[in-house]
Amino acid sequence: MRGKENREKLIQLFLLTIALSAISILALISIFIFTEGLPIMFRHGFKKFLFSLDWYPSEGYFGLLPMIIGSLLVTAGAMVIGVPLGLAGAIYLTQFSSKKVRNLVKPMIELLAGIPSVVYGFIGVVILVPFVRENFGGPGFSVFTASIILGIMILPTILSISIDSLMALPPSYREGSIALGATQWQTVRMVLLPAARSGIIASLILGLGRAVGETMAVIMIAGNATALPRSILDPVRTLTSNIALEMGYVSGEHRQALFATGVILFIIIMILNTMANLTSKRMAS
Amino acid sequence: MRWPLTPRQEQAIVRLLLLFLTALSIFILAFIIFFILRHGLPVLSWEFLVRNPREMGKEGGIFSTIIGTIVLIILALTLATPLGVGTAIFLTEYTPEGRLTRIIRFGSECLAGIPSIIFGLFGFILFVTKLKFGWSILSGSLTLAFMILPTIIRTSEEAIKFVPQAYREVSFSLGGTKWQTVSRVVLPSALPGIATGVILSIGRSIGETAAVIFTAGSALRIPDSLFSSTRTMSVHFYILAREGISLSKAYGTAAVLLISILSVNIFTYYLMNRFLRKYS
Repeated sequence: MRGKENREKLIQLFLLTIALSAISILALISIFIFTEGLPIMFRHGFKKFLFSLDWYPSEGYFGLLPMIIGSLLVTAGAMVIGVPLGLAGAIYLTQFSSKKVRNLVKPMIELLAGIPSVVYGFIGVVILVPFVRENFGGPGFSVFTASIILGIMILPTILSISIDSLMALPPSYREGSIALGATQWQTVRMVLLPAARSGIIASLILGLGRAVGETMAVIMIAGNATALPRSILDPVRTLTSNIALEMGYVSGEHRQALFATGVILFIIIMILNTMANLTSKRMAS
Repeated sequence: MRWPLTPRQEQAIVRLLLLFLTALSIFILAFIIFFILRHGLPVLSWEFLVRNPREMGKEGGIFSTIIGTIVLIILALTLATPLGVGTAIFLTEYTPEGRLTRIIRFGSECLAGIPSIIFGLFGFILFVTKLKFGWSILSGSLTLAFMILPTIIRTSEEAIKFVPQAYREVSFSLGGTKWQTVSRVVLPSALPGIATGVILSIGRSIGETAAVIFTAGSALRIPDSLFSSTRTMSVHFYILAREGISLSKAYGTAAVLLISILSVNIFTYYLMNRFLRKYS
């Protein structure tokens, strides 16, 4: 009997150790990224990294501002494209379409979330870049092009989580509003959307995180210039592309500067993660 | 000025607009698949699948990249599955909800949100340089395993929660210990659900590029040890497309990528539906 109890204790301890793996990996990743990236930031000063426009890493200029702005622009553009499409889809499929259509379309769009980012990037290169170049001008590799492709990429995330949070509302909300004589659209606008607010916000933050972190597609279509863009038709480089483009061949301070880029990206993502986590907590309670 | 539309007219317009936007989304996504298959399927042949790439991929097939992808994913799953399922068992069966479970879940959710390029950076510095594994299958699969861990944790947890409480009670009343109950009753019943998570992460791994290219490298020969560098299909596709080596081979590779990911995802969907139907 004694042996059995000991064995159970041992198993529990073993499982606890395993269960700490995710959080340990997270800690390990932060430690490595920060110990590689922070020293160079201290050496040259944070201000130079965050607010300088010059990125000439071989000559010791490590200004990341163009990339920070690049990431911001491309992400904002992606939201402009992805949010209306995703929300419209979620509202239409939960409120106006038949159950049959919803049960067909939702899994279809979720399946499409599996299309790898390199394929999105490729589609951007062969279709959208020439299209933008011929119809809008500029080199085609631009903020505009990258925003469209990223917007399409985050669409399934936004759509699918928004549908879930709209479906999770008690049917009495809708019935009550309809019974008071409101139209379906008034019900959506005044009752359902506010009630599902935190779930929808969480979906937007997750989409945002995906857009900020996307790398391969952006490298292929954003043009990667380190100068500040003057219009949305100009090329731009994001934080993620900055890392991926130069990672392959550099060493020394230049490599550390790429890790510093990683530090900034990591901090942005952790802030977004925590926000998404908090909003979905509020949704649960 | 008064709003010129009655609520009914407004609704009709909004409804039409929403329908249009929804149709547009579906059209865009379906078009991407159609476009790739339209250009990629004609390139596909038995030779394309079983021949090795020659001249950097300009000639020949993609055999070595298929092998590289499979080996990398199998190794990553071998590591991530026990960790993920173990975590899920601990969270659902061994601890009450509290600070500990919250911390573990938060860690897993954060890990899920970290972009693949960060995983690539981390894998590069830890496995490739610090531990001196070099660009290798070992570095690549370790990095990939870390990346898919959150997916496996989350889906396994949901699958285990779906197993009716009565199953556990019966096992306890027959004198089963906790571990006996978990290993002989709960896990077998949750297995199809757990499998869903594992297969889902296969789909994600097939398309992964940023994390893999900096850890497994891009060697084109067939790997012969854990320490040889390898090139996965998605990395191969990226290099073909970006360096303009061969557009037709790029389309062909993309078609293979898409077909394998979509079939994996459709299979996952089918499994999940069967599992859910069984318990509800």
